[in-house]
Formats: sequence, structure tokens, C-alpha cells
Amino acid sequence: MTNSELNRLKDKAFQWFGIFCTLIGLVVLGIFLINILIDGLGRIDWEFLNNLPSRRAHRAGIYTAWIGTLWILTLSSLIAFPLGIAAGVYLEEYGKKNRLSNFLEVNISNLAGVPSIIYGLLGLEIFGRVFGLGGSLLTGALTLALLILPIIIVTTREAIKAVPRSIRDASFALGASKWQTIWYQVLPASFGGVLTGVILALSRAVGEAAPLIVIGALAYVPFAPKSPLDEFTVLPIQIFNWISRPQAAFATNAAAAIIILLIITFTLNGIAVYLRYRWQKRVKW
Amino acid sequence: MRVQERIIEGLLWLSAVITILVTIGIIWVLLSESLTFFSEVSVIDFLTDKQWTPLFADKHFGILPLVAGTLLTTAIAIAVALPIGLTIAIYLNTYAPDGFRSAIKPMLEILASIPTVVYGFFALTVVTPFLQSFIPSLAGFNSLSAGMVMGIMIIPMISSLSEDAISAVPKSLREGAYGMGATRLQTAFGVLVPAASSGILVSIILAISRAVGETMIVAIAAGQQPRLTANPLVPVETITTYIVQVSLGDVPHGSLEYRTIFAAGITLFIFTFALNNLSFWIRKKYQEKYD
Repeated sequence: MTNSELNRLKDKAFQWFGIFCTLIGLVVLGIFLINILIDGLGRIDWEFLNNLPSRRAHRAGIYTAWIGTLWILTLSSLIAFPLGIAAGVYLEEYGKKNRLSNFLEVNISNLAGVPSIIYGLLGLEIFGRVFGLGGSLLTGALTLALLILPIIIVTTREAIKAVPRSIRDASFALGASKWQTIWYQVLPASFGGVLTGVILALSRAVGEAAPLIVIGALAYVPFAPKSPLDEFTVLPIQIFNWISRPQAAFATNAAAAIIILLIITFTLNGIAVYLRYRWQKRVKW
Repeated sequence: MRVQERIIEGLLWLSAVITILVTIGIIWVLLSESLTFFSEVSVIDFLTDKQWTPLFADKHFGILPLVAGTLLTTAIAIAVALPIGLTIAIYLNTYAPDGFRSAIKPMLEILASIPTVVYGFFALTVVTPFLQSFIPSLAGFNSLSAGMVMGIMIIPMISSLSEDAISAVPKSLREGAYGMGATRLQTAFGVLVPAASSGILVSIILAISRAVGETMIVAIAAGQQPRLTANPLVPVETITTYIVQVSLGDVPHGSLEYRTIFAAGITLFIFTFALNNLSFWIRKKYQEKYD
């Protein structure tokens, strides 16, 4: 065999190896999803969604957990979205190339790399103890809001950056002030991108368990929370709690709750992908 | 009108500056609690003692077993994710047809979007029993299956960042190689990967940082036994798992045991902070400039 034939053979072999590697992750994912569906699908019914937690596996439900997840998502969105979008607008539109804005930029990239459990320690001390909020919904929401803030800021900046200079110039030429230009032109034009980032941030928040465990969210909450100062649990913590128990019946419960959690995560991600696609398609500058 | 504009600009500025307060808050919380901790436990013991038993009667405060557990699971994860992720990056960039690439990229991203508690369940209930059929001595909790599953989770991180780096290599270099008669494989490893090496290195460092800070997978599947070992078949405990373990228990606030989680936390923070800044530095310094 000549050298060039050998090289062509190696080239072909690597191509097959590439296909194999690309598919292996997806195959593993597929096996896993099928496994979960077989384990958990039969357990999901109306009572599973509406029952309170219980020591007996077959009577336990995820009512308090999904109500808690809903609360946490709503509250942390209310806190993180305005802050993150405002910070993104500032950095992109107002921040001059000075030392402060350079520092802000490095700082935000750094915050994005801080492990989520460290945010839990921050929330435990600052919101839980210094602010005296304990292990309440508000502590959890504030903690997760800080966790997703960098994601929102970064995606907001990218969306705003994509709005062409000419739109701003036209607005200024008509006599609009800087804020009027941002509010009436730049933000509406970048809305799709900002929304995509916001939804991705939400899908990140919905799956977080570690920081909430650290701030003291409980695995066993007998009643659904009614105000932001109540104790709470969320779906990932409920799943973690069920996984840690030895009985097989709780593993089935965990699989069923995972199906619910994955439905939420995939729906959010699907919306984000769809929005990005539509937004990219429709807007042609 | 002018006043209103100034007020709005001030509010926007304030939102941006809050991110600095978050960093200060993290550092202050970690430092203040760990300084109190280190006034009771010497730093030398913390760094050299080979046992970590703060919750037992015979207390030892050596962080090494937790660091070893963290590094072991991370090493296994990278050993899985790096070859697969890099191969995917090269394959998608130089071999795959455009349609296949644009279909497969979002699907790979799904791997990164799955909640980690779900991966933990997978490692414990599927991967460990599966591996036990080959390796009978594998314990029910072990760093091998936790690390492997974590590796699958970070594949998209390495593949997408590396692919970005490879696509940034100018076309002329690639065509030059093809023009000399190189195959796609020779071009990839002889030209593209070396030219994109800084970007690939950044992706690996960020993946390591992600694996070091990962919590739920290891808390569920790797066990809770701090142990200074490189054996992937036995239970270990990572820094993050220890923090979770203490948070779930009834450790009174203000006690020495309570402060151990901040000492563990600052160790973790230093690791990830160093890795993240190393990646910025490499990106800035070694980014190849082509004109």
C-alpha cells in the first residue's frame, strides 16, 4: 500500500470515528431518557402532581415541590430580569471604554464561572443571616437571581450589539434623546435576543439544587408556600431527596419527578431555540 | 428632560455596579468565615493533614482528601470529554456536511441543559450497575461513574468552544494544506489544531473549572467518604459534596463545623477563580492574530 493510500484510509477511519463520537453522547442521552420513561411514566398521575410529600412512597407527591419551583422562578425573574437587562444596556450603550467598564466586563465573566454552590454560601450568609430571611423563598429567589444575572447580562449585550448603528443614527437625527432611542428603537429591535437569554437563564434556574440546599431549602415541607417568606422545596431538591433513599419505590418517584422536571427544562429550551431561529430569520438589517 | 436622562443613566449604572457588589459579597462571606475558622485550625494542618473528619469525635481538618476527590472526578470527566469533544469539533468543522452540522449542534447543547440532579440519578441507577457487570469490585458509590457522566455533560462545552476556535483559523491556512495534498485528517492535526491550540486550551480549562464546581452528580453518585486516593472504584467525597452534606445536616450556626463549609468553599473558589483567570489570560495573550 502506498503512503497516500494509507493516508486516505486513516482519513476515512477518522471520519467514522468522528461520527461515532458525535452520536455517542446522543445515544447515551437516548438510553437514559428511555430508562427514565420506563421507570417513571407509570407513576405520573393526577394524584402524584397534587399530593403532599409523604413517608410512604406510593402516597408521596410533588405538589409542594412544583409550587415551590413556580414561586422561585417567578420571584427570581422579577429580581434578575430588570437588573440584568439594565446592566446589559448600560455596558453596551453607556459604558465608555474606561477602566471601570473593563473591570465590570472581567468581573461579569468571572461571576459566570463561579460554581453555583458558592452562590449558595453567599445567600446563606447575606440573605439568610444578615437580612434575616432564613431559608425562605425570598432567600432562594435572591440567590438564584444573582446566579443567573451574568447569563442575562451577556445575552442582553449580544442582542443589543446586533442592532445596527444606522437605527440609532436615524433616531438621533429625528431629535430623540439617548434614552428615547434605547427605549423606542434599540430595545424593541433586540427584543427577541433579550428574551432568548432570559428564557435560557430561567431554564438554568429551574434545574439548580445545590445553592438552594445550602441556603437551607428543605426536602420535607408539609405545606405549599403561600408567601415569599415561607419555607419551600423545589423539584430538583425533592428528586435529590428521593434518590438518597434506599427503597426502590422512591427511585420510581424520583424518575417520575425527573420526567416533569425535564418537560419544563426542554420546553423552556425549545422556546429559546425557536425564538432565536425566528428572530434571526425575520430581522435582516 | 435632561434630569430624567441623568436619573435613568444613574439607575442603569447602579444595576451594572451591583455585579461588583456580588463579587465583593462572595469574597467577604468566604473570607470572614474562613478567617475565624483558621484562627481555630492552623493553616498548616488544613493543607497537610491527610484526614478530613470535622463531624466526628476525633476531628481532623485536612482538606487534601476532599481536594483529591474533586481532582479525581474532574480528571475522569476530562478524560471522557476531551477526546470525544475535540473529535466532534474537528469532525463537525472539516468533515460534516453543513446540514448535519446545523442539526447536530443544538442537539449536543441539550446535553448541557439537563439539570445535574438528573445526571446524578443516571450515574447512580444506570451507569454504576452497568459498570459493575464488568468490574465486580466497583462500589455502589464511586468516582468512576460520577466522573464519566460528568464528562458526558461537559462534552458540548469542549466541542462548541473548540469548534469556534477551529473555525476562526483563516481559510488560507486550510487551503494551503489541501493544496499541498494533505488529507483532511492531516490538515486537522497538522494545521488547524495547532493554529487553534490557544482556543482549545481555553475550552479545556473552562471545562475543568466547570467539573471542579459541579455538585449534584458527585453528591449523588460519588459517595460521602473523604479519602485520599486515586482509586476510581471506591467512594470519595468532593469539596462540593461536603458542603451539601453539612447543609443537609443539623450543624448549629457559628460552630466550628459550620465554618468548615466556608473553608471548603474558599478552597473551591480559589481553584475556579484561578482557572477562569488563566483562561482569560491565555485568550488575551495567545490568541493568534491573522491578517
